[in-house]
Amino acid sequence: MQVSLTGPLRAAAGGAADVDINARTIRELLGKLIEQYPGMNNHMEQGIAVSVDGTMYRDDWDVEIPDGVEVVLLPRIQGG
Amino acid sequence: MKHDQSYTDQDFKVIGSRVPRPDGVDKVTGRARYGADAYAPGQLTGLVLRSPHAHARIKKIDISKAEKLPGVKAVITAADLPDLTEGRRDLFDTLENCMARDRALYDGHAVAAVAAIDRNTAKQALKLIKVSYEKQPHVTDVDEAMKPDAPIVQPHIQQDGKPSNIAQRMEFGHGDVDEGLKEADVVIEKSYKTEQTHQGYIEPHACLASVSPDGTGDLWVTTQGHFQYRNVCASLLGMDVAKLKVTSSEIGGGFGGKTHVWIEPLALALSRKANRPVKMVMSREEVFKASGPTCSTSMDVRIGARKDGTITSAFIECRYMDGAFPGIWGMLGGMTAWACYDLKNVKSVGVDVLCNRPKVAAYRAPSAPMMAFGVESTLDLVAAEIGMDPIDLRLKNVAREGTRSSYGPTYGPIGIEATLQAVKNHPQMKKKLGKNQGRGMACGFWFNIGGQTCVDLNIGVDGTVSLTQGTVDVGGARASMAMIAAEELGIPYEDVKSNVGDTASLGHNDTTEGSRGTFSSGLATIFAARDAIQVLKERAAKMWDIPVEQVTWENGEARAVGAEHNNLPPLSLKEIAAKSPTTGGPIAGHNEVTADGAGVSFASHICDVEVDPETGRTEILRYTVVQDAGKAIHPDYVEGQMQGAAAQGIGWALNEEYIYGKDGLLQNPGFLDYRIPVCSDLPFIDTKILEIPNPNHPYGIRGVGETSIVPPLAAIGNAVSQAVGVRLDHVPMSPPRILKALDEQAA
Amino acid sequence: MSSVLVSTTVNGDPVQFACPPDETLLNSLRDRLGLTGAKEGCGTGDCGSCSITLDGRLVCSCLVLGVEAEGREITTVEGLAEGSTLHPLQQQFIDQAALQCGICTPGFLVAAKALLDRNPDPTETEIRYALAGNLCRCTGYDKIVRAVQAAAKDMRKAAKKNAKKKK
Repeated sequence: MQVSLTGPLRAAAGGAADVDINARTIRELLGKLIEQYPGMNNHMEQGIAVSVDGTMYRDDWDVEIPDGVEVVLLPRIQGG
Repeated sequence: MKHDQSYTDQDFKVIGSRVPRPDGVDKVTGRARYGADAYAPGQLTGLVLRSPHAHARIKKIDISKAEKLPGVKAVITAADLPDLTEGRRDLFDTLENCMARDRALYDGHAVAAVAAIDRNTAKQALKLIKVSYEKQPHVTDVDEAMKPDAPIVQPHIQQDGKPSNIAQRMEFGHGDVDEGLKEADVVIEKSYKTEQTHQGYIEPHACLASVSPDGTGDLWVTTQGHFQYRNVCASLLGMDVAKLKVTSSEIGGGFGGKTHVWIEPLALALSRKANRPVKMVMSREEVFKASGPTCSTSMDVRIGARKDGTITSAFIECRYMDGAFPGIWGMLGGMTAWACYDLKNVKSVGVDVLCNRPKVAAYRAPSAPMMAFGVESTLDLVAAEIGMDPIDLRLKNVAREGTRSSYGPTYGPIGIEATLQAVKNHPQMKKKLGKNQGRGMACGFWFNIGGQTCVDLNIGVDGTVSLTQGTVDVGGARASMAMIAAEELGIPYEDVKSNVGDTASLGHNDTTEGSRGTFSSGLATIFAARDAIQVLKERAAKMWDIPVEQVTWENGEARAVGAEHNNLPPLSLKEIAAKSPTTGGPIAGHNEVTADGAGVSFASHICDVEVDPETGRTEILRYTVVQDAGKAIHPDYVEGQMQGAAAQGIGWALNEEYIYGKDGLLQNPGFLDYRIPVCSDLPFIDTKILEIPNPNHPYGIRGVGETSIVPPLAAIGNAVSQAVGVRLDHVPMSPPRILKALDEQAA
Repeated sequence: MSSVLVSTTVNGDPVQFACPPDETLLNSLRDRLGLTGAKEGCGTGDCGSCSITLDGRLVCSCLVLGVEAEGREITTVEGLAEGSTLHPLQQQFIDQAALQCGICTPGFLVAAKALLDRNPDPTETEIRYALAGNLCRCTGYDKIVRAVQAAAKDMRKAAKKNAKKKK
């Protein structure tokens, strides 16, 4: 499935705005991402958030990713 | 998400009403206890020695005379805080910021600390500490720091193999902004600057630390996140997390500035060394110099648009001054800059730059207000250029459900268009303006977050409910949680008492920041209440001797369903609670959740000003905040957040700034010369709460605390520029800057 | 520096405490008498969160020395309520949601009472200027001003009632 990358995550994937990864859960997705693009590890430290069909997930990695929905990876945000 | 978080669109009995808050009486009688209001037997007073230089190598610290002074029980330096961070750079930066190791990086950087039997002895002890400094060249301006020959703040940070003050550069967006320019009929390019400001909480950082020789510790502290403080302090001091109990006092304002530790590890280290409780309270000067203000910035904006108002190219690069240690400020700004709009070609670049200033901390919607100032000011310039109403220009390009946001994901239901329509139709827009008066409007956005949350709900034997939450209450959360529990259980608000538990009472709770408190704790409270309802139903089933499947819960009572149980009168929560000792013991509900699915919040503001052309002073005549709250649990507190955020934005726009001298020292570390708005500076602030429900929360809650600090800089910039006839591009738009702009225009 | 014994009246009660001559009255009230309602927000008289009245006059207790309290009358926020009955200002601050974090509230209550004691029917502008010495960072002052207006109305009503009773 198509996974969109934003910001610094694109650089870690050689500049690509989208990558193709198959995964059923967020955990599987992030695991395969690091396998394919080891540079992503640095961003894992700082944190990655995942938007699945418009809903933002920062912590729950067991979330299932349904077929055909928009998946976007972003840096993990914080507030004040 | 384990529980169903979907919006239920239900009618409410308690939610949305204006009930009195549970901490109200304590706060109006002086009984409430804040960070500095705790006392322990045998306590010592802790004070910090701070660098008088902006940048210096620390050659030697001689504490021997200080240690010998009668009444001094402990003196510490970095030698007493060994590096236990195991390669975690962010933790090491925190450690070094709390106590300098081999170099002082800003005016006020802590270099040593003492604990003594009273304040005067501690002050004397500080004077006896001898520090040998070797002054280094310093840099305090964000643009100067980027020049190739600038003094380097952190040598380990490199660009192209050379030490650099540029820590990070991040890009966000989609499309092609250069191609987009070709389609534009007008192109506006402008640069802007914003100066550094502080959250300005009235209560300075304060704590009371007590560490025992067996490795256990107690910390009473004013904080937005006592669990986070526990984790960080335990890591830095090599203590076990479970053995350090942190209790959150009432907090006298935080706004992001109390999400990081400053003096707390020092108080713990002093207490451990002295084997006595140590109380440490920052002075106001120390708060300004050595806590975590927000960034100053310089930025470039370029917008291309067609004559019909369609934006074909939207670009911003903003350079954030992070202080002496790098942060994610450029990233946050870059993600929020264009969030209000539906754009084909959009790019935002956030750059993090280091300077010899204190380590920047989060300040309410961190990084968003600065880029919004650039974006929203330039939009007004575009509107003027094509002869379009500024609101209509924004409506033409507004983001809606289904819009691909400028930071990546596609939006669900959102409120920006509704806020713009509300502004367009607001009575303030019809008020006539007089001489030297101007009107401006601007939009703003903040993500809001969820996070780890735990709640305990315990039902007393008399049927009243005790709720323990882990998110610190900064603006009324205890009232909101009690309302939510009452709503779920179907009982009166007055029967629920909510408390903030210490770190020993609950599992980890993330810090109250990112407007997450009501959303996350609310979610956990709903599920804890439903958990308790299941137990109540089981007890009722037992009392009736029927299967639990035949019991429902409605309006605070258990009811038996089915024709054969028609003669069974309902059992109230009070009745079930009264029998609890013999039906299975204490009745409780519990929930641990990583709350996700937070809803974004948009706001649009209108501002009318009058500028005195002789003094450059700006008076705010009228101010209106329109914001989407998803669901206003308690309207008074939502209004309070909107008004408070706007007031901070007004101060930032018109007066507040850190002023550094050529010597790199902070010249105005006090409330006299760092001028926040006072009562006579402001009018009543009108508010309009919109409710476009967040589909990922049963009540539709969105965070509200932060968004309304984002529009004011530009709303006021646009208003002042209208009033004086010249565009202001440097925040704060203080009287000297306005007069200078007027002089330059006349010349 | 040896301590000085100070005898004074606080919220109607005769009290004594000993303090070094350079200690502020704010610290004496908090650390010696346990009256932590007054807060230190700045230590330089700019924020008003340490507001008390000294012989009926509104002052910043961080700008007064503890020893200066000798023989004087002090009122703090702890002296506003009468037993368990809140002062109308205290009640209106709660009812109007005029506090969020509450750290500035004691100072505002003392300052607002000082205003209403000498001017029972102030205009909005008079309220704003009288309270300009008290900083609040949470509320934007909107609900604070409304609470003072509402309390002033309550107090004028009560005064009228009492005047009628006496006739």
